Amino acid sequence: MSAITDTALPVSALDPFSDEFLADPLPFLEELRELGPVFRLEKYDVHGIARYAEVHRALTDWQSLQSGAGVGLSDFNKEKPWRPPSLLLEADPPRHDAPRAVLTRVLSPRRLRDLSAEWQADAVLLVEALLARGREFDAVTDLAEVFPLRVFPDAVGLGEEGREHLLPYGDYAFNAFGPQNARVTDAAAHIAPRLEWVARQCLRENLAETGFGAQIWEAADNGEITSAQAPLIVRSLLTAGVDTTVTGIASLLQALANNPESWRRLRDDRSLLPRAFEEAVRVDSPVQTFFRTTTTDTVIADVVVPAGRKVLMFLGGANHDPRRWENPAEFDLDRDPSGHVGFGMGIHQCVGQHVARAEALAVINALLDRVGSLEQTGPGRRHLNNTLRGWESIPVRVR
Amino acid sequence: MSTPTVSAHVTDHAAQAASDSLTVVARTEVAGGVVEYRLQHSDGGRLPDWAPGAHIDVILADGTTRQYSLCGDRWDAETYTIAVQREAEGRGGSISLHDQVFAGDEVGFGGPRNNFRLAPAEEYLFVAGGIGITPLLPMIRAAELVGAEWRLLYLGRTRPRMAYVDELAAYEGRVEVHCADERGRVDLDAWRPTDPRVRVYACGPERLMHAITEWGAVGGGWAPKVERFTASAAAAAPERPFEVVATRTGATVTVERGESIVAALRRVGIGVITSCSQGVCGTCETDVVEGEPDHRDALLDDDERAASRSLYPCVSRCRGERLALDL
Repeated sequence: MSAITDTALPVSALDPFSDEFLADPLPFLEELRELGPVFRLEKYDVHGIARYAEVHRALTDWQSLQSGAGVGLSDFNKEKPWRPPSLLLEADPPRHDAPRAVLTRVLSPRRLRDLSAEWQADAVLLVEALLARGREFDAVTDLAEVFPLRVFPDAVGLGEEGREHLLPYGDYAFNAFGPQNARVTDAAAHIAPRLEWVARQCLRENLAETGFGAQIWEAADNGEITSAQAPLIVRSLLTAGVDTTVTGIASLLQALANNPESWRRLRDDRSLLPRAFEEAVRVDSPVQTFFRTTTTDTVIADVVVPAGRKVLMFLGGANHDPRRWENPAEFDLDRDPSGHVGFGMGIHQCVGQHVARAEALAVINALLDRVGSLEQTGPGRRHLNNTLRGWESIPVRVR
Repeated sequence: MSTPTVSAHVTDHAAQAASDSLTVVARTEVAGGVVEYRLQHSDGGRLPDWAPGAHIDVILADGTTRQYSLCGDRWDAETYTIAVQREAEGRGGSISLHDQVFAGDEVGFGGPRNNFRLAPAEEYLFVAGGIGITPLLPMIRAAELVGAEWRLLYLGRTRPRMAYVDELAAYEGRVEVHCADERGRVDLDAWRPTDPRVRVYACGPERLMHAITEWGAVGGGWAPKVERFTASAAAAAPERPFEVVATRTGATVTVERGESIVAALRRVGIGVITSCSQGVCGTCETDVVEGEPDHRDALLDDDERAASRSLYPCVSRCRGERLALDL
């Protein structure tokens, strides 16, 4: 079988970072998947992949598809990054090894067990206060945004001051993986103080004596990482740990508010809850896209992608690929969502995924304990971001 | 112009039982009494990722388990390379391998696990005693890639029995090969660094490791990191079917040879969420109610394995007849 040369590649004029695409990506993702296993995006002159098999392979094959040149549109081999690169997301072995090993341990499910119990109790307090105010609320601004901001900064060991910077900072960072469109340029004017605040929080003297941040600094004391690396690893927690989790929780609430039968089943059988969260992450993948860069001429599905090319992976596309998922658009509690790529896959898979799960399960559990039904009362509003598929508002009523 | 890397075959992880055996694709005597094995999945797919210092459990048909450092090229995602020295005085694991395992044969595996991670540093001193060279080879490559300074002191009794000496000769001026039969005993303390920026990584026989550990924190910097040759904590169980009970539902299922616990549970309608299917991500962590797991994951440390409060059912098995899991 001879490999397809570049000239024969299907080309798309779609802009995956446009308002139209971000507001309702599913039909566009279908169009891209059906163009072929590999296509070219004319507007940005990059390769793209949107089917499950190719995205899964690209995510796991760090040898051929590097992260070190940036996982956004900007090519760090040619352009200066807008911030010092992430030691996790924007690094490859061997530099990636030590930071990853430390965070994997700090955020492991076994380490999170005690914290999960605290979060369960915290979620109960939050939900009870919310229900005391009324039976109608906004699932995003009253719950999905509130809970992670309540527990995660404490878990990291941040001070009380300035936490309002976290969501807009994360929003900016995830926008910055895309092109320099208005989503980036409009926020750029206000970002400097937020960046300064984040950088300050990562320093040892500004972190509590216990928490994820302190544990990262302890790893520097033990010589597992350097003390120059520690603040950047703390920064990774702050960049990737808030907006993403908010989005995941919102997606699960939105799915359940529109699937009363699933809500009823979860009330009777909490063992389905982990599956419900994974299914929400599959259907409404918080992180929609990331880039890789080819380290060598790389064959993807019989197409030769030349060395040094940016490849845009559509995680949301892969999670809706009918070649892998039956009725992919359906939120289905009877489905096994194992193997979805909403958290990525391989050595760069979301290192905070167990934190996200613990937070989401705490919130939904508390709600299931106290609420017979959950329904959406009006149209939800999407929050547009170049990388994240999030919600601005989901009005709900509980009984 | 490099040759294109060809697309690895992508398996449907969710529908696939974890394959926990590897096929010997090459067997080479790389020095007197040292055999190098190259191992791959029978379908040639990617193996779990690893970092320098990692080892795998190699499990023979009778359940004999030995740990060997990965000494090959991690940029070759489909191959694990180990080098096994014949230990006439050992417990028989290396002799079983040398005498019974040839190209085309299968061995079970667990891991990879890493208790000997390479930390970032500006400069390294590597000290190898004999077959202790194996975990240091990937470390040397990593040091080269990040542009760190490094030196290697490679100790052995006699040159023909020292593996990879020729490959190491390429690193001009960085490698000191010291054979006892040519030069007598090494003056080890002459090698103790005085610069706190230098980190020492050493692997070899107990006496050498003891001497290196005695160096303490070099130059007021870091204590040397050593990996001793130790007997593995526990042998794996021979590959045989066992029973799993899901305590919350009362369902019981037999896990067949070559089948994962997850796959067996799915047969009886119990879904366990998995992600990597390789024992590396932690998604499928399950509490153990009763029974003795045979841990094959890359996550638990030795203490956690000994406690066995939880296991990763995408790869792990059972040492006895029966496991009860909190499902």
